[in-house]
Amino acid sequence: MGHVPLNMFAYILRRLLQTIPVMLVVAVFIFLMLRLTPYDPAAIIAGDSATAEQVAQIRSQLGLNDPIVQQFFNWLGKVLSGDLGQSFFFKKTVAELIGERIEPTLSLAFFTIVIAVLVAVPLGVLAAHRQGTWIDRVVMGFSVLGFSVPTFVVGYILIYVFAVWLNWLPVQGYQHISEGVWGWAERLILPALTLSVIYVALIARMTRASVLEVLSEDYIRTARAKGQIERRVLFRHALRNAAVPIVTVIGLGIALLIGGVVVTESLYTIPGLGRLTVDAVLARDYPTIQAVILLFSFVYVMINLAVDLTYTLLDPRIRY
Amino acid sequence: MGDIRKVIVAVLCAAGLSLQAIPAFAETTLRAVMQSDLKILDPIWTTAYIVRNHGYMIYDTLLAQDEKGEIKPQMLDKYDVSADRKLYTFTLRDGLLWHDEKPVTSEDCVASIKRWAAKDSMGQKMMSFVDSIDVVDAKTFTIKLKEPTGLVLLGLSKPSSNVPFMMPKRVAETDPNKQIEDFTGSGPFKFVKDEWKPGDKTVYVKFDKYKPRPEPASGLAGGKVAKVDRVEWLAISDQQQAVNALQKGEIDFIEQPSHDLLGALKKDPNVTVLEVPQLKAQYVFRPNWLHKPFDNPKIRQALWYAFNQEDFLMATIGDEAYIKECKALFICGTAFASTKGTDGILTSNMKKAQELLKEGGYDGTPVVLMQSTDLKVLTNLAPVAKSLMEKAGFKVDMQSMDWQTLVARRAKKDPPDAGGWNAFLTAWVTADVMNPVSAAYVNSGCDKASFGWPCDEKMEKLRDEFARESDPAKQKAIAEAVQLRNIEMTQLIPLGEYLQPVAMRKALKGYLPAPAPVLWNIEITK
Repeated sequence: MGHVPLNMFAYILRRLLQTIPVMLVVAVFIFLMLRLTPYDPAAIIAGDSATAEQVAQIRSQLGLNDPIVQQFFNWLGKVLSGDLGQSFFFKKTVAELIGERIEPTLSLAFFTIVIAVLVAVPLGVLAAHRQGTWIDRVVMGFSVLGFSVPTFVVGYILIYVFAVWLNWLPVQGYQHISEGVWGWAERLILPALTLSVIYVALIARMTRASVLEVLSEDYIRTARAKGQIERRVLFRHALRNAAVPIVTVIGLGIALLIGGVVVTESLYTIPGLGRLTVDAVLARDYPTIQAVILLFSFVYVMINLAVDLTYTLLDPRIRY
Repeated sequence: MGDIRKVIVAVLCAAGLSLQAIPAFAETTLRAVMQSDLKILDPIWTTAYIVRNHGYMIYDTLLAQDEKGEIKPQMLDKYDVSADRKLYTFTLRDGLLWHDEKPVTSEDCVASIKRWAAKDSMGQKMMSFVDSIDVVDAKTFTIKLKEPTGLVLLGLSKPSSNVPFMMPKRVAETDPNKQIEDFTGSGPFKFVKDEWKPGDKTVYVKFDKYKPRPEPASGLAGGKVAKVDRVEWLAISDQQQAVNALQKGEIDFIEQPSHDLLGALKKDPNVTVLEVPQLKAQYVFRPNWLHKPFDNPKIRQALWYAFNQEDFLMATIGDEAYIKECKALFICGTAFASTKGTDGILTSNMKKAQELLKEGGYDGTPVVLMQSTDLKVLTNLAPVAKSLMEKAGFKVDMQSMDWQTLVARRAKKDPPDAGGWNAFLTAWVTADVMNPVSAAYVNSGCDKASFGWPCDEKMEKLRDEFARESDPAKQKAIAEAVQLRNIEMTQLIPLGEYLQPVAMRKALKGYLPAPAPVLWNIEITK
């Protein structure tokens, strides 16, 4: 048993080392992709009635006339020394911009995943338990609907009902938690509900499938034969053994949420990383786009690692 | 149980802290959704309208145009013009302060004029007449001209981008091609840099030591009295959500509500939709003179007969209440608008257009027409142009892209098949197209001209003549000659005008009709 933590430590270290080439590939890819597209941040910065000479001057000031290789190594050198650079547009460092935007995105992701897990897992278990009944069909019907309806449509419907018609919740905006817990929570309810629909659909479906597979196992029959109550059989024996694929989906869901809340953040005017990404892309703000994509990649890799490590807690047979 | 108790205590503490955060007095805050998010802060460095609007919040101008377009002193107490019209003497008002509470001096103003004139096209033209700008004392400075021009007063009261905003000398001495880092102004509001979060909000607070003029506010002139303590510009990118927020009272003002949502706003008893004549805009078609087929004046001329304004206006705005057909080069209702030379053009006379194409020897070269797809007021322009041009006999290759890509691509002089272009469509607001010197697309100075690079010596001579003239009647005659020359040479084609109303909560009083949306003089009545 004494070797297990050491193996685990070595595994984590190996996985962390593996992130370096991954991040490097991401860095090269995003850098080249931005430089090879026919966009010109200088023309955007210069404004509507700028002359070609003014655009050229700005391009030169931004260093966009330097050879691409030189631009890349200048940027990489700065990133390695912890400097993500200065935004072309926002008169702020990219680190400052990201720092300002992390709280709203994490808050929204947290609310969304809590709602999704609390709703989806019981629904999935219930659907599996009542397989073939109307309950199963309703849950699966909802799941299909959740996948099919675009997020912005769900958002508009929720806004119309709960904000405009019933007047229960604000239409848009974000309040930092330091300015008041209720104001913070109140503004996150509708966005989190909007965003959670697709995750509820995904997790409920995955939970149902995993639990169904486990329910046909011998040990479930044994548990029932021993006279255990059905709830205990479902949640203690079946769900726990079905947890690995469910946790995988939840983990991937969290990773996608960090970088994939663009539509919801735009719809509800939440100043998070998703909106920062959109604004940066529309403005061709290369340093900001590069930094947020690197950050998203890093988060993705880390969450994958965390999910892999969680497997060992859920299934003692899995060891690294 | 212990853990739950801890959580409850923590939540109550946080709630208590949040209650303490409520200020002890009621501060009036005006929450506005402007046309776009504020990302750049130097109104001299860029011509973007949102940055111009930011400039009006925190800076002041020496002269300003009132509601009727008349030029009035603003930061100035008075100005004198010598009998030979070659020496202008400007005297600043008493009590003007920068936001750091240091006095505004003539040295600051001279440096500001020089920086503005280095960037702005009208400023550059004005400086071609200037012999020297000299400080006389702390409150007086002079502009000495080589020859008389009407551009001094017109330039220093220019209402739209670039507006000659006054900045402290230390700021105004920044290289005009670099953005300023210090945002000290002398206007009625102060910029709160610590609270500025691009993509979220921009915050201004009232400058208590601002000394407004005694006259009532009118247009961009008169007493600029800040009647709210704080102004927040919120970056709500979704138009429907901005309207929802306005109707619910979460915001107070929308600068440019989408035309298709105006019906819902007009029905709301708590909302006012205000039509401001000065916020009219003109659609234009811009051909590129550098490449075939629009390097040929006859072929460009065929466009005047292929197009008609109604099709463009109905396809974009779609509501007759907000559109106006106007064939004048300078916005209808302004001083230099004229109908001269407009008979028979813009009537979709395809027969005439085809004749001109034949005369011009059009060989079927496809026209690369750039379509902007993400700005609602522009999206439908290019498809209409394509349809009408094809009816006239043009071959059109319409290429769709977002506005920012179009902006980047139009700067390229390359041939259309190598990343360049032949034509695009856009819109200009009234304040930018009121005379031959300020209208950027009339500039026909070849390489010095704006994208499209028209090269027309005769047009440039007319623009110089206009700049020299100060008699309004003679200026009008020159402006008419400019219009005729444009119809002959096709620097641009005006495709009609539309009105962009503003929307606000009924409780807002005092919005000033002006060529730019300004938020002084506004009070929240309940």
